[in-house]
Amino acid sequence: MSTAVTTPVGRMAALARAEMVLFGRSKGTLVAALFVPLTLPFAMRSAVEELDLKDAGLSVGLVMLPAAIGFSLLFAVYSSLVSVFTARREELVLKRLRTGELRDAEVLAGAALPAVVTGFVQCVLLAVGCTVLLDLGAPSAPHLAVLGLLLGLSASVTLAALTASFTRTVESAQVTTLPVLMITMLGSGVIVPLELLPDRLASACELLPLTPVITLVRGGWSGDLSGTEALTAIATAVAWTVVAVFAVRRWFRWEPRR
Amino acid sequence: MENNGHEHVIEVTDLRRVYGGGFEAVGGISFSARRGEVFALLGTNGAGKTSTVEVLEGLASPTSGTVRVLGHDPYTERAAVRPRTGVMLQEGGFPSELTVAETTRMWAGCVSGARPGHEALALVGMTGKADVRVKQLSGGERRRLDLALALLGGPEVLFLDEPTTGLDAEGRRDTWDLVRALRDGGTTVLLTTHYLEEAESLADRLAILHEGRIAVTGTPAEVTATQPSRITFELPENFFVGDLPPLDQLGVSGHEVDGRVVRLRTRELQRAATGLLVWAERAGVELHRLDVRSASLEEAFLGIAREVSEKPAPVQERVA
Repeated sequence: MSTAVTTPVGRMAALARAEMVLFGRSKGTLVAALFVPLTLPFAMRSAVEELDLKDAGLSVGLVMLPAAIGFSLLFAVYSSLVSVFTARREELVLKRLRTGELRDAEVLAGAALPAVVTGFVQCVLLAVGCTVLLDLGAPSAPHLAVLGLLLGLSASVTLAALTASFTRTVESAQVTTLPVLMITMLGSGVIVPLELLPDRLASACELLPLTPVITLVRGGWSGDLSGTEALTAIATAVAWTVVAVFAVRRWFRWEPRR
Repeated sequence: MENNGHEHVIEVTDLRRVYGGGFEAVGGISFSARRGEVFALLGTNGAGKTSTVEVLEGLASPTSGTVRVLGHDPYTERAAVRPRTGVMLQEGGFPSELTVAETTRMWAGCVSGARPGHEALALVGMTGKADVRVKQLSGGERRRLDLALALLGGPEVLFLDEPTTGLDAEGRRDTWDLVRALRDGGTTVLLTTHYLEEAESLADRLAILHEGRIAVTGTPAEVTATQPSRITFELPENFFVGDLPPLDQLGVSGHEVDGRVVRLRTRELQRAATGLLVWAERAGVELHRLDVRSASLEEAFLGIAREVSEKPAPVQERVA
């Protein structure tokens, strides 16, 4: 018997490896996570081309690329993790894991890792694809885009854990994920850029959880984001993640309701 | 902590656990288990067994009272306790789409000083199931997988919540042998069960929980001794209870008559049985359906459950 003491990284890696196997065996999750974010942007391309983008200083590429990243965060990360967290809780896996050396945050992070990696790789591929296919050119402020993506991943994971707190079964996840999906797609500039909305509505939409991500990614490519705008977006995204972390600590359910 | 073989590995003092809705699942209990001892918590469903064990496992904090496992608070000092404990929950807790080997490998990555997975599976006789998905295992096989994982790190303290539920007779014996071997190797085992035979056969000491309180605690022999033995028989034709010898002279402490069936309770079984049989011999009658039995844990259990529900303030007998 070895006397090796486990480390947080080692424990999360063991859990993530098992989750990766499960991800590969869950056909529904696989399709939703891999297929939807890659096809939706193409489905909306013709609609985007109809929009009057010139006046807002935008191009098709500058709308499509953030939209693609938004879809990836929503489908590959957010909604697939709501299913994962809910399924593991209902199978009592989370309760069992909590009896061991894993800390609570490690349980959630380890389970989330495969989806986060999938989302990250997908976003990178989509960014490269959009840049090349839609004549976008290299990003003028790549650090903002990268920061936006990382903030988007952390917000998606924490929002997924929070949504799972109020989701009883994997089936009901299809309903409980709708508010975040719809609000983000319509209000965070994924489908319709905020620049095209009335000012008052646009400033309200800027406070939504994934709006800063879209803003930062778009700004990263266009280079049109002022320092203040960038900082506001970063602060908003961090605030959402902090609030979601507190809410998860308060409301997350580790066991099924009896 | 000194390792003199006598320290209390588990110490529970005035533990209370009240749930959100105000329901008091555990109402102030105290007990302790020494190193290398098998301690069983017995009780009907809803007696508070799992609510107690969850606090010991560090899954929940007590509403009041203190709990120490290996000298630490299992909830607030989790990092100090977890590498030295093994836990088997009452129910499952494994992703159904993973195989047994994948589940074991995942769990081994989360356990300090884990033994090789195949060794743990061999301990519980699951070697041949390594490539089977968890969803295809029988209930008993899942219990054995759960036990294998609880044993992966060679724990000093093992919590087993109803470990043999769903096992067949042979599987149950195997588990009992394994628990005895672990105990002999110095592992402290806290066991909950509603199989009285299991507690009688495995436990060095036990506590019977009833409605969140300890009704009685001690060795199985001590707990059994709190209950009278029983003699049951059918009264012969044309005989009445009054025809029997005076019951107090037989050492009988109480009796019930149900139709023609008579039940006697006694703490002096030999004297009562001899008196009754000598009387029957002299009267020239045969006692049909005669059944003479010393108190078992089962009767103690049922007796205590009855007693406690009749008396609002239970007698708490504490064994230090």
